[in-house]
Amino acid sequence: MKINSKAVLRHLVSWAALLPMAATVIVAYLGTVLWSLKISFTNSRTFPSDELVGFAQYVRLFNNDRWLLSLQNLAVYGVLFIAACMLIGFLLAVFIDQKVMGEGLFRTVFLYPYAMSFVATGLVWQWLLNPGNGLQQAVRQMGFGDFTFDWIIDQDMVIYTIVIATVWQASGLVMAMLLAGLRGIDEEIWKAARLDGIPTWRVYVSIVLPMIGPSVATVFILLLTAVVKVFDSVISMTQGGPGTASEVPAKFIMDHLFGRANIALASAGSIVLLLTVLALVAPFMYARARADRKEASK
Amino acid sequence: MLNASQWVAILVAALGLLTPVHAAGPKAEVIHWWTSGGESAAVRKFSEAYTAAGGVWVDTAIAVGEQARSVAVNRIVGGNPPTAAQFNTTKQFLDLVEQGMLNNVDDVAARDGWDKFLPETVLNVVRVKGHFYAAPVNIHMPTWFWYSKAAFKRAGIADEPKSMDELFLVLDKLKAAGLIPLAHGGQPWQESIVFTAMLANVGGSDLYLKVFRDHDAKAIQGAAFKDVLLAFKRLQSYVDKGAPGRNWNDATAMLITGKAGVQIMGDWAKGEFTSANQTPGKDYGCIPGFGPKSAYIIQGDVFVFPKTTNAEAIKAQKMLAGIMLVPATQVEFSNKKGSIPVRTDVDSSRMDLCAQKGLAIMKDKSRQLGNGEVYMNPDQNGALNDILTAYWNKNLPVEKVQKDIAAALAN
Repeated sequence: MKINSKAVLRHLVSWAALLPMAATVIVAYLGTVLWSLKISFTNSRTFPSDELVGFAQYVRLFNNDRWLLSLQNLAVYGVLFIAACMLIGFLLAVFIDQKVMGEGLFRTVFLYPYAMSFVATGLVWQWLLNPGNGLQQAVRQMGFGDFTFDWIIDQDMVIYTIVIATVWQASGLVMAMLLAGLRGIDEEIWKAARLDGIPTWRVYVSIVLPMIGPSVATVFILLLTAVVKVFDSVISMTQGGPGTASEVPAKFIMDHLFGRANIALASAGSIVLLLTVLALVAPFMYARARADRKEASK
Repeated sequence: MLNASQWVAILVAALGLLTPVHAAGPKAEVIHWWTSGGESAAVRKFSEAYTAAGGVWVDTAIAVGEQARSVAVNRIVGGNPPTAAQFNTTKQFLDLVEQGMLNNVDDVAARDGWDKFLPETVLNVVRVKGHFYAAPVNIHMPTWFWYSKAAFKRAGIADEPKSMDELFLVLDKLKAAGLIPLAHGGQPWQESIVFTAMLANVGGSDLYLKVFRDHDAKAIQGAAFKDVLLAFKRLQSYVDKGAPGRNWNDATAMLITGKAGVQIMGDWAKGEFTSANQTPGKDYGCIPGFGPKSAYIIQGDVFVFPKTTNAEAIKAQKMLAGIMLVPATQVEFSNKKGSIPVRTDVDSSRMDLCAQKGLAIMKDKSRQLGNGEVYMNPDQNGALNDILTAYWNKNLPVEKVQKDIAAALAN
């Protein structure tokens, strides 16, 4: 009897400690998601209204060229950003892991861009990529009169400029996290590999990379959330321009929430964005859950 | 030496002098977005007039119109409303009226005779279902054609253009002289201004109202509107490659330095010329439109008064509504802001050349037209801007643009 009541008490105490966080999650996160879902089925403008209009907002959303372009931009941006960040971050981590001189200095230098806000990054890169005053002009003044690098004012290429600016910023973070993972690798692995005569790059690809799997997964999730959230870089670099060429879903939703006074359409957009993220993350989570269950049942 | 009781007497007398003899006047917290140099100087004219009438002005300036309006709406809904909040002369505050969140100022309007001197376009915006819910404070015209006299001289242009055809000839001459014909900033609202100018000057007032106010699908898909869109697209060929994303004042700077010839921009551009010590008629010119009956497009700012039952706040709101429309205050405010007063019965001798031109046109009721936002709600206006900016930047077939506009305005 005594042991039972102690166990119950211990559980009660843990629950009490978790209660504030649980309340926040349920009310603030889940509650607001459900509220947005409800609003997306109404015709609310500046204020929430209770008049349901079925799927009308979703129909309007997918007939909207700007929204479709924003989804396309998000896909292109997402793939390029995550791939480039992972690759550059991993290479930087590997190079620093080679016990180079001034390792601390290099680590600081590569991580420094992450200390800047996305707005500052966007502004600086906008100045750099400006055809009249930036890189193009500088190279032309060095003598290469025909050099053109006006991606930032080109309808089709502007999304790649956003990729460049944000990859520059986020690679350092990827490097720092993968470096921490690499440092956890046992020295014995290297000795064994050297004994077996395996080339260094092969060791990294086939042995080390799977060993830092959890770090890579963490980095992937971080980058994915950054991709879905991308807003401040777009605002400060191109304001969604030229025209609407560098539109992203977050900016579409924000514009309609406030400037366009149409919270129903904005809510529909955010629900679609949520479903997209769930669709991407759910298979991944399922695979991990199955792997964990396999581990547990071994 | 003074003893203790004498010190106490002196202290009490001093404190007595420090406290105000009379209670402070009604406090008014005003939310607005006039944060630039010229705009701050302008709103100071209102606060000075209000203080002179015995009130206490609490200034809450929030940069960027959209932010300021957001904050105002949030505070009204949250139960801590300001005494007055700035909006534009548009449908932006219609939702607030419909939700019953604003006080009306009917007695001030009746006392001062607003329906006698306010232009009909403005009256239709501030008077909803017979009640006055906003105090209009100025009229801005967004589609003036500004030109640099120095650039015209260099291109060998003697007179200012008097028709759209002459304007295109002038632009060609500027291009031939190696100057930038049309100074433009590639932002959606600036493209909207250029389009509005084309609709008014190429399409005419009737087509303008059919498209913006009546959303007439037949007119939008018709040949006359097609010509308007083609003229709009044709102007894009006179713009330099660095235009995307440029701010409007950087485009005006190109006129000031004589690098560009023409800019289509609102009368707030005057402030830029004045800061550079340029005078209208000598260094730059202003054309309100082409033809003797060209339309004067009306947009502007208003103050709304959030609902409250607090007697002091209501007193403050009525005082504000009265003071902001006094003719002398109107002229002083508009001189600093670059707009024209919302009433034509003012002394225009202290207004500059372009403002005087504008005021004279305003006196002709048949030439008054509202800006797009007067007739369309923010959602429709935004959807139209998206289509126009896409057409400006990409090579889309004009028939598709017509169809898209008809669909966007049908909502």
